[in-house]
Amino acid sequence: MAEPLLKITNLHAEIAEDGTEILRGLDLELNEGEIHAIMGPNGSGKSTLSKVISGHPAYEVTDGEILFRGESVLDMQPDERARAGIFLAFQYPVEIPGVSVANFMRTAINAKRGEEVDIFDFQEELESRMEMLEMDPAFALRSVNEGFSGGEKKRNEILQLAMLQPELAVMDETDSGLDIDALRIVTAGINRIKEQKKDMAVLLITHYQRMLNYITPDKVHVMVEGRIIRTGGPELALELEERGYDWIREEMAGVA
Amino acid sequence: MPENDSVAQLGLDEYKYGFKDPENYLFKSRKGLDEEIVRHISAQKNEPEWMLQRRLKALKHAQKRPWPTWGGDLSGLDFDNIYFYIRPSERVGRTWDEVPEDIKNTFERLGIPEQERKFLAGAGAQYESEVVYHSLKEEWEKQGVIFKGMDDGLRDHEDIVREYFGTVVPHQDNLFAAVNTAVWSGGSFVYIPKGVKLDMPLQAYFRINAEAMGQFERTLIIVEEGAEMQYIEGCTAPSYSQDSFHSGVIEIIVKEGGRMRYTTIQNWSHNVYNLVTQRAKVGRNATMEWVDGNLGSKLTMKYPSCYLMGEGARGEILSIAYAGPGQHQDAGGKVVHMAPHTSSRIVSKSISKGSGRSSYRGLLKVEKGAHHVKSNVECDALLLDEEARTDTYPYIEIEEEHASIGHEATVSKIGDEQLFYLMSRGLSEDEAATMVVRGFIEPLVKELPMEYAVEMNKLIQLQMEGSVG
Repeated sequence: MAEPLLKITNLHAEIAEDGTEILRGLDLELNEGEIHAIMGPNGSGKSTLSKVISGHPAYEVTDGEILFRGESVLDMQPDERARAGIFLAFQYPVEIPGVSVANFMRTAINAKRGEEVDIFDFQEELESRMEMLEMDPAFALRSVNEGFSGGEKKRNEILQLAMLQPELAVMDETDSGLDIDALRIVTAGINRIKEQKKDMAVLLITHYQRMLNYITPDKVHVMVEGRIIRTGGPELALELEERGYDWIREEMAGVA
Repeated sequence: MPENDSVAQLGLDEYKYGFKDPENYLFKSRKGLDEEIVRHISAQKNEPEWMLQRRLKALKHAQKRPWPTWGGDLSGLDFDNIYFYIRPSERVGRTWDEVPEDIKNTFERLGIPEQERKFLAGAGAQYESEVVYHSLKEEWEKQGVIFKGMDDGLRDHEDIVREYFGTVVPHQDNLFAAVNTAVWSGGSFVYIPKGVKLDMPLQAYFRINAEAMGQFERTLIIVEEGAEMQYIEGCTAPSYSQDSFHSGVIEIIVKEGGRMRYTTIQNWSHNVYNLVTQRAKVGRNATMEWVDGNLGSKLTMKYPSCYLMGEGARGEILSIAYAGPGQHQDAGGKVVHMAPHTSSRIVSKSISKGSGRSSYRGLLKVEKGAHHVKSNVECDALLLDEEARTDTYPYIEIEEEHASIGHEATVSKIGDEQLFYLMSRGLSEDEAATMVVRGFIEPLVKELPMEYAVEMNKLIQLQMEGSVG
């Protein structure tokens, strides 16, 4: 069996500022081309996990390991991780006033590819990706995330995913704040990207099952209090939807 | 990561204009400011008696005028340690070949002749105290446009100069205006006849080469009724251990229906005190725009002003300041509404880094009788780290009830979340910070002519190298 694309072992991480431990011995393996969902109640550390994978400076890894293609990323800066092929779709994308989506995208692609992309090729690609996501072409000229609606912000994240073509896409609550139409467009976009780039692995972090109606995961993990406590197939998500998270907590308490 | 072309071109020097030439001067005054030096300057220039008398009167005023106690720290500026007049060459060149070799090479390195060929209607270059080059394209000369060094302007158009000189910035206005009036040398004289619209800018470039040099250019611009023009100035100097002093006075008159934009890209080395008075009188339905970019200098105190004197006049001041370690940019603008239905806008964006400090200092005044005034002031400061500092001193005096005045000020710190977001897309920390800063100043940079927008972006990029983390 080939090495997993992402291998996390016994990961412990805390908030750098005050030492509050959030991740408490998390294990996770994700193979090339697989789609995994991580579900869990609020405060279980799901979003922290996504940020720690991407190298957010607000968190400190105190123990454990994150291997990406067999190599530790723990000493890598966020930009090095990005260039290595890790992409994080933000739950709350950040505003960059005065920087257009097009300019931002082009700079990011140049950084990723290590060479200047041809401006006409870029323009063409950007337009076709935007069309796929049902985005108005004028969108490319707007400042990154500034004044965007919740749905526009999420679409913009998927646009970046489509343009950057990472090996691993970590989607942090991409479904939150989306109405049903926007959710359909965004998930269709993810599925299209996945069709085009079959070896891309996807880690979907979500509180609700509804996103999984559109994107079928290979595995579903349940995360509680900084650890994965159960792993199953898509049916596990349905069970969570029906029964909530409490029964899992109770089971866990029984085990402990 | 792609190699960045602009940075590679510029080399890794912190300040790319810091080279210096040997001093082969015709005349260099001794240090200090006194009557003998003033008389000497006037005699060298063969001036009319009235101008000498003006100079002497201004000198007297300067000698008894107290130093300002507000603004920046001027304690390091000592007139006794400054050369107030250096004459580098015999005459003003009309072509670059007439400019002495060393000096010509300097301006070549600064890219001035190239810019002139590419997109200017005319160019002037001042080196130390004197204008060494001045040229206006023939098509404009034919239409009666005058663009000369101020000394030549005084000689060839004495009547006009006498009518307007000191009417916008009188020598009593402030200490540095008085000093300038006493020892002025160089600068531009510009006259745009009625209805003439220049579709390409005029540019003046100021270069200080000697150590402890004082440069006191004097510019007078008259835009006649319905005329339009754009004027750009750039400034650089080598870096020395002894401080230099630049104190220009710019007087502008925009007559009825005229339109004028004056753009400054100031990038003095970090040992220059830059204390400049720029002011415009704006007539009925005329428009004056100041675009002011302060990137260099040790201390800049500069508040471009619009006196809106005719009904319907409009004034705009767009100001970008960058204060790196050891720099203080005390910049902003002044607008005085003196007539009804006048309008104004001040937009100031400042960036501070390390021990750098930028201050916005602005005056908005609406005089009695100037009803239906509209004005909006917006000043935004961006801090790049914990140490950096910014202050805002907005003075607003409203003596008229029917006025609509808006004022908005924001201070933001370059955010960890912004940096992380950009870095998570593959941008290095420097690239990410540069992108945030560029975005911050973008609303002003897009007002610049393209060549200057590119230059401004390059400069910001250079300043941002290694600025975070």
